Amino acid sequence: MKSKALPYLLLLPATVFLLVFFVYPFIQIAWLSVSGPGGFSLQPFTTMATHWKFQTALGWTLLLAAVVVPIQLVMALSMASIVTRLQQGRNTFLYIFTIPLGLSDLAAGIIWLAIFEQSGYLNSMLHGLGIIDQPILFLGYQNIWVIFIAIVLAEVWRATAIMMVILVSGMGLIPKEFYEAGEVFGANAWQRFVKITLPLLRPSLQSALILRTLAALEVFAVVTALGGTTLPVLMGETFQWQFTLQDRNVASAYAMVILAISILATFFFLRVLRVPKGATI
Amino acid sequence: MTDAALDKPRPVEARSAGRFLFWAAVVLISAWVLVPIYLLLVNTLSSPQQVTAFPKSGVPGWDFGSIQFFMSFAGVLRALWNSLFVALLTMILSIGLGAPAGYALSRFDFPGKEVFRMLVVMTRAFPLPLLALPLAVLFIRTGLDDTAIGLAIVHTVLAIPFAVLITFSLFSGIPLELEEAAWTLGCNRWQAFRKVVLPLVLPGITASAVFAFTISWNEVFAAAVLTIENRTLPAFLIQNLNVSPLHLKFAGGAAMVIPALIFIFAVRRYLFAMWGIANR
Repeated sequence: MKSKALPYLLLLPATVFLLVFFVYPFIQIAWLSVSGPGGFSLQPFTTMATHWKFQTALGWTLLLAAVVVPIQLVMALSMASIVTRLQQGRNTFLYIFTIPLGLSDLAAGIIWLAIFEQSGYLNSMLHGLGIIDQPILFLGYQNIWVIFIAIVLAEVWRATAIMMVILVSGMGLIPKEFYEAGEVFGANAWQRFVKITLPLLRPSLQSALILRTLAALEVFAVVTALGGTTLPVLMGETFQWQFTLQDRNVASAYAMVILAISILATFFFLRVLRVPKGATI
Repeated sequence: MTDAALDKPRPVEARSAGRFLFWAAVVLISAWVLVPIYLLLVNTLSSPQQVTAFPKSGVPGWDFGSIQFFMSFAGVLRALWNSLFVALLTMILSIGLGAPAGYALSRFDFPGKEVFRMLVVMTRAFPLPLLALPLAVLFIRTGLDDTAIGLAIVHTVLAIPFAVLITFSLFSGIPLELEEAAWTLGCNRWQAFRKVVLPLVLPGITASAVFAFTISWNEVFAAAVLTIENRTLPAFLIQNLNVSPLHLKFAGGAAMVIPALIFIFAVRRYLFAMWGIANR
């Protein structure tokens, strides 16, 4: 009897905690986004959608995710392949490659600010090479695409490591015999990568892509550090509505939009990278 | 790439060219990771005048003016202390709640197991910092607003899926036979756990605790939404971003980066075990 109740007792604290602080707030946020002073109202969504910044914020957020995630996928795959091939100094390089894993997005934004700001290293380098006389204001509103590139660089720099770690542990699960068989049949390194590594890496690719895409849709501090509010994104607008404009309902409506896109993205990757039943290693 | 030549020996030059390319890639990626951090540290170790000067040199001025300014700036020390305190609370909460759940998942088969797993996996599919918005209301009602414990609760929601999945994989790695042996030798369930299992998983638990600490230490959005007086360092920095001088930003960035570097170094052995299993 006692041992039947034990697992439930052990799960109880975490379950109660998640119900109170995860499930309940989500119900609340959904309610806040469709309520006004007098009960149910679509006003928050109308206010949000008709505000001039909504479409630009949505557009920039989607564009950032669409640019950042594929770059990261390619980089993470290359880094993971390199790591699995390393024989000498594997631990050292693994540590170096994973350093950004522990860094916050705000710190990453500040780090790339040091490079892109007016008296920063990019300007200093261009000056040293004799290309420019006066420092250029890279991060001003006239140069919105430079801000965009700086954000992409900072995001790629910071968050590729997490993808790499997931892919490295996925690659570790692929049996060596598969590669040996591939070699026997004359497949070169690239063919083995495409025909063996990629298909068998599907579960890891799936979780890496979901994790990163959701995080990319939540991009906030990097953008604030590099561009202020010049380049609006959804999470930044949520913050603005909550704080500067003091309207919780519209902020919640923004949150629901981010949530909806996240769910769509998750389903997309679950479907596209579906692992056939019984095909796991 | 180089081992493609196993069965059909290629000319030596082609092989060493491949090796050269491989190592060039390794060095290039390392530089891509390390140089930006180095530049931040150069800025931090230069005087405020050197930070805003143009053109800038690539070596530190070895002046502690920026650091002094940062440390004596109103609210910084308190923000550092708040960050530390919230992160410690998060660490305790997420392991305290997550580890028993991980143990239950690894040792028992019971109805409802899958429901709980779904709940945990679901938390990873939602933009969690957004929880801060409704919780702000709840906290004001319960008096938890603007407190370390309130923020630590939100950070624990972020950290708990990892704590559960990591401890689950750790406990799964300990054979049940070890525990059973202890039971036959007269230990009860708790004694067997404390004397046999706990010593074996303790390093891994520490690693996942450090991971929870890092999650909290780095979190910006919820911290900025939920705190006003008791700001953590990231919240303090993002609130003052457009009014603070460059050298303050850089010193603040370094203050966030350096502990993170140490943490990742401390848990590097567990990173792959953690993520490898957390995936499945």
